Amino acid sequence: MKTIVRLENVSKSFEKDKYVINNLSLDVYEGEFLTLLGSSGCGKTTILRMISGLEHVTDGKVYIDDKDVTELDPTKREVNTIFQNFALFPHMTVFENVSFGLRMKKVSKKEIESRVKKVLKLVELDGYEDRYPSQLSGGQQQRVAIARGIVMNPKVLLLDESLASLDLKLKRMMQIELKKIQRKLGITFIYVTHDQDEALTMSDRIIIIEKGVIKQEGSPQEIYQNPNSTFVADFIGESNLLTSTIDKINDTTIDVKFDNKIFVVNREEEDNIGDKVYLMIRPENVLVSNKEINNSSKGIIKTLVYDGAVTKLFVDTEGDFDLKVNVQGNTNYKEGDTLYIAVENKNIVPIREKKNEKRR
Amino acid sequence: MKKGDRFFKFITLSPIVIYTSLLILLPLIYIFFLSFCKNDSYGGIIYDFTLSNYIAIFDITYLNIFVKSSLIAFIATFICICISYPFALILRERSENLQNLMTKLIMIPFLTNSLIRTYGWIVLLRKNGIVNSILITSGLIENPLSLMYNNLGIIIGMSYTLLPFMVLPVCSSVFKIDNTLIEAARDLGAKPWAIFKKIIIPETISGVFNGSLMVFIPAIGYFFISDILGGGKAMIIGNLIKNQFLTARNWPFGSAISIFLIIITFFLVWIYRKLGGKLDDLGGM
Amino acid sequence: MKHKKLKNIFIGLVLFFLYLPIIVLVVYSFNTSKMNIVFEGFTFDWYKNLFNNRDLIEAFINTLIIAVTSTVVSTIIGTLGAVGLNKYDFKFKSFINLLIYIPIVIPEIVLGISLLSIYTLTKIELGMFTLILSHIAFSIPFVIVSVRSTLSSTLKTYEEAAKDLGANSMNTFFKVTLPQMMPGVISGAILAFTLSLDDVVISYFTSGPGSNTLPLKIYSMIKTGISPDVNALSTLMLLATMIILTTSAIIQSRKIVGGTK
Repeated sequence: MKTIVRLENVSKSFEKDKYVINNLSLDVYEGEFLTLLGSSGCGKTTILRMISGLEHVTDGKVYIDDKDVTELDPTKREVNTIFQNFALFPHMTVFENVSFGLRMKKVSKKEIESRVKKVLKLVELDGYEDRYPSQLSGGQQQRVAIARGIVMNPKVLLLDESLASLDLKLKRMMQIELKKIQRKLGITFIYVTHDQDEALTMSDRIIIIEKGVIKQEGSPQEIYQNPNSTFVADFIGESNLLTSTIDKINDTTIDVKFDNKIFVVNREEEDNIGDKVYLMIRPENVLVSNKEINNSSKGIIKTLVYDGAVTKLFVDTEGDFDLKVNVQGNTNYKEGDTLYIAVENKNIVPIREKKNEKRR
Repeated sequence: MKKGDRFFKFITLSPIVIYTSLLILLPLIYIFFLSFCKNDSYGGIIYDFTLSNYIAIFDITYLNIFVKSSLIAFIATFICICISYPFALILRERSENLQNLMTKLIMIPFLTNSLIRTYGWIVLLRKNGIVNSILITSGLIENPLSLMYNNLGIIIGMSYTLLPFMVLPVCSSVFKIDNTLIEAARDLGAKPWAIFKKIIIPETISGVFNGSLMVFIPAIGYFFISDILGGGKAMIIGNLIKNQFLTARNWPFGSAISIFLIIITFFLVWIYRKLGGKLDDLGGM
Repeated sequence: MKHKKLKNIFIGLVLFFLYLPIIVLVVYSFNTSKMNIVFEGFTFDWYKNLFNNRDLIEAFINTLIIAVTSTVVSTIIGTLGAVGLNKYDFKFKSFINLLIYIPIVIPEIVLGISLLSIYTLTKIELGMFTLILSHIAFSIPFVIVSVRSTLSSTLKTYEEAAKDLGANSMNTFFKVTLPQMMPGVISGAILAFTLSLDDVVISYFTSGPGSNTLPLKIYSMIKTGISPDVNALSTLMLLATMIILTTSAIIQSRKIVGGTK
């Protein structure tokens, strides 16, 4: 896969010696839908702005399509941004907005017209040329913003929380639409968001950022199934994190002890007996039963929340730990009921908190 | 910074820098300098350091003018508050359209010539003016009242001319109060007076102080109002400065009074900012 | 409700207080009686007098020249300055930002005498030039404050979007920033224009022998005694203000229909 954007040891500080981004390296591949995911203030938007050139790096290099663009202004970079609130110029019509960049490049009138027409068709807004942004719905504004970016034929399209201002239903729809447009164009999209749902739905690859540092990267499945830190486990989806200690080291596995029970998980090289290991268990992977089953714990349902497709149980176990459990569909359980819970070994993800640097 | 950008920076900033230094800073520095100079009997300036101009301010004659002028300005400010507060509170409960219409209606007289409006008061207030004629024909009084050519005339003129400067900031701060605050207070059993004291006043204090600044400061300087409605006998600080510059030709003393006024102004603005006021709101008419 | 009636009466009284002197002037400008007390009959005489008064016409023309010139200059400098101060950092920026408020907060008379002093010091002859310069001096801060209110963080995003689409600084300013600031620029210009038309205090100190302005002329007319000429003149000026206000309101509402909501 060809690298289209490369950040090489970039750092950014707005105040002296206060780094928002510190020595970060990142490769973006041609044609992928990459999402930078992190809570607000983690530096993800700064990374995006360093790629667009709206922010210059304090240190390091930025390459776009193998060209060093570190010193170039946004004007000269072949990337375009879709801003958080779309930043459609309110005093210009849809046509004027979409053609703005081409006019700045002094493209001939005829070409402008045909290119604008083409992209408006692509985003299904043909016929809206003479409307003003205020006369459009949120979803339509979003599509104008996308058209305004892609009409420039950018190498990369940068999207800064571009769906955040839409309501939930529209957001869901636009997520699918965005992915469709991206596939159709084959342009690399770099999407910034704090919404893990959005990241899981749209991305080919997700990069999780915390305090300006990459915590983990991988496909949505990889990240959901194998978080490498408690932070990621907690940030993506719901999870139970249980603290256990290594009891015995085998050839390829280790035995960990939790609540006086032994679980078998994969071994890693630097494991030692007595080390602390977090066990991450997704609520949907917890088995529930009315009778005692193998290696199960007894518990009482403290709270029960009905949530449509699933029912969420908060179970207070005898072993002095609480567990979130999701049960598909309806159940006959009520709050206060006693039940037995168990987890299969394959659904237990061990997390060793010492080594939380990224892994490829 | 790119070349085009540097050019743009130069284009935008150089006029404003030249303007502030030549037309604001330099004149103020010069009168500050003048205020420490002596003057000769022909109105000339002797460049000789002295503090006598500042000491003279505390002469009983001038002190009298200062106190009286401040009192007039204070009363005018108070009248403006007494009109603006209920006005804003009543409008607060009305529709936004009505609020906008009313603020516009307040603005219009303010945009017409203030001398003309002051002149209108002569027609109304003088001995054989409209107010006195109405009062006499209706039999309420026998002899005409002295409504102008005295301090009352000045106070009426000042409050009238400067009222919009109070109404607008007070309205904008009163309209801004979050309705849920008042509802919450009512819900917790607060009586109207308690709501006014505990919520409305604290929430609007910077708006009221903004208005007070914009009324009080001109009210000590608008010499033309005291000239027209005070009949020349009554003096406010504005007249005093004007006389020092144009009649008595004692520029150093006039400068000293002006510097004194600037210091008072800066002090008031400092309080305003301490109360949470923004400088931009002061000119936001 | 009785309460509501009282409130309405209060609002009515405030408006009555504000408009009373204006109404009086307009009505009496058509009064045949010179003494202004009883309305004796309808006449246009005072208006005719006005147009034969050469001094007055000259003062009027002076006032217009001063108002137009100072408005144009202060709007340009103020608008550029607001943009520059918002966009760039430089030494003394915060100091200049404070200096700008001085003409707004200090008593007008202090600005008037300090300008007079500096003109005398530099031996600039008092006249039209000093009047225009002084009007520019007190107008610029109001323009800046008015323009600044339109420079929001959203505008910054618009500028970034323009840059991102390849616009240079000049294009960004003229195609994106300026159209967005226009409401602020227009209201700043209107404010500058009306302040200039209305100014008595600063003009009083900075005018020369051959450069009377209308407010100064009215001032001297009022001081010498009441004359119905002033009523007629006032009515005409009121009319002019109304026309300016409504036109600008219409222009601005059209802009809004075309642009944002």
